[in-house]
Amino acid sequence: MATTLKALGLTRLFGPNKAVNNVSFELSKGEVLGFLGPNGAGKSTTMRMLTGNLAPTEGQVEICGVNIIEEPKLAKANIGYLPEMRPLYKEFRVNEFLRIAAKLHNIPAKKINSSIDIAMEKCGLTHMSNRLIENLSNGYQQRVGIAQAIIHNPEIVILDEPTVGLDPIQIREIRKLIKEIGKEHSVILSTHILPEVEIVCDRVQIIDKGNLVFHGSIDDLKQQRRGNKLLVGFKKTPTLKKLQSLFDIVKIEKQEDLLHVIQFKNLDFDMEKFIQVCVKEKLGLFQVSPHITSLEDTFVQLTNK
Amino acid sequence: MIINIASKEIKSFFVTPMGWIILALITAAFGTYYLEGVNSYFEVMSGAIRPAERVGVTIYVGQTVYGAAFFLMLFAVPLMSMRLISEERRQQTLPFLFSAPVSIVEIVLGKFFGLFAFLALMVVYIFLMLSTLNIWADVDFGYLFSNTFGLLLLVGSFAAIGIYFSSLTSQPIIAAILSFIFAFLLLGLESYFASQPNHWFHHVSLLKHFQTFSRGVISSKDIIYFLLFISTFIVLTIRRLDADRLRG
Repeated sequence: MATTLKALGLTRLFGPNKAVNNVSFELSKGEVLGFLGPNGAGKSTTMRMLTGNLAPTEGQVEICGVNIIEEPKLAKANIGYLPEMRPLYKEFRVNEFLRIAAKLHNIPAKKINSSIDIAMEKCGLTHMSNRLIENLSNGYQQRVGIAQAIIHNPEIVILDEPTVGLDPIQIREIRKLIKEIGKEHSVILSTHILPEVEIVCDRVQIIDKGNLVFHGSIDDLKQQRRGNKLLVGFKKTPTLKKLQSLFDIVKIEKQEDLLHVIQFKNLDFDMEKFIQVCVKEKLGLFQVSPHITSLEDTFVQLTNK
Repeated sequence: MIINIASKEIKSFFVTPMGWIILALITAAFGTYYLEGVNSYFEVMSGAIRPAERVGVTIYVGQTVYGAAFFLMLFAVPLMSMRLISEERRQQTLPFLFSAPVSIVEIVLGKFFGLFAFLALMVVYIFLMLSTLNIWADVDFGYLFSNTFGLLLLVGSFAAIGIYFSSLTSQPIIAAILSFIFAFLLLGLESYFASQPNHWFHHVSLLKHFQTFSRGVISSKDIIYFLLFISTFIVLTIRRLDADRLRG
């Protein structure tokens, strides 16, 4: 797949503080990249650099092969950006505002009307076309923000926390919209809502204190979650020593009631053999299931390294 | 692209009451001065016995109106210019412009010309109002042209000051006060140096350079002064916005 965005060693200093430190990554066409991180990790700073709103202290950004610092106009033509604080001129009506956005992005005069219509339809704004943006609800304002970012059909759409402050139904609709946009464009999405990443994104990138701590596909992240732990229920709880004489076990943790989390040494332990031995030893085995650490835990592990 | 940004600014003057209110106030004020000038012309002229005291109706009414113009504009322009950039800062809408394929130079020039077009509308309106004298008198259009031209340059300078101070703060009202004070100093300090005709301040005073136009003289020296003045503040504004990108 064609690479649409390339970030090389992005670094940004604010005085002595390193907000972003040597971040590099690539984005392909038709991909949704989730940008995760705790507050103040440098997500927004990175996005501002990607969109040419902030000059990097070091490093390069290439948008469809065009360097954004050397040829900002050419590069910016391929980006649609929705910052965290949505930049809406609230005194205008929805269609007036989108017309301004269309003109700013050099859409030819003949195509302006049709591109406004398409953007409004994609974002479910058609019936709000004549409303003042000021009078729209939070969710609809957010849609106007997204419509503004996709009106010129850019190769890359960058959305900074697009679902913050919306109600569950709106969140669901916006996610659906993002997935749809992701089919034709490359999307970068920042968030600190973890399930959102699993639902929407193809690839995840976790940033912490300005450093990239995880970079991989959603499956990699899931792998990281599954790991080598089993949630086991014994009626007669064996001691750690006894279990260790039977299997390669690192540690056993007591959960509520009779449930225990057993951590094996290796990832590819033999589940069948484990059950057989347990039955033979009459430990009163009544439950076995893979112990999945929550995404939150994985996130905390990764960002606490 | 400059035109697109300018037209956005003009639209936003007119979608809020601000543009209409200022336009209405300015129209009322100039209308009053114009009427005052026309009404008092015959009274004053019939009292003037010596021929040297008699002036034409264009100059008499023109002086009344244009004499008030720079003073009225001194108040009107900061009120119009204050929101140009500071409001964008306050509402955090600057990324909208910065992420579009537009350079900072185009953004600033677009905003400046948007405001200037609005102000030019008022200046042209004054010109048209004074031209109506032509119905019953012989208007000296040369005098009107030179005053109109001078006033355009003057409001352009006010607009340039306004956009610069607007780029410094995120509080529109502070931008308005600062640009008012700055423009007022450049105009008002004039009277303190009246006794020293060779003082350096006369070279930077906006009023001094405007006075040439109000006498009906179009001099290249004054045109260059105003153009330099305007471009200085536009360049300063561009630098200020560019610093946003560089310093964050």
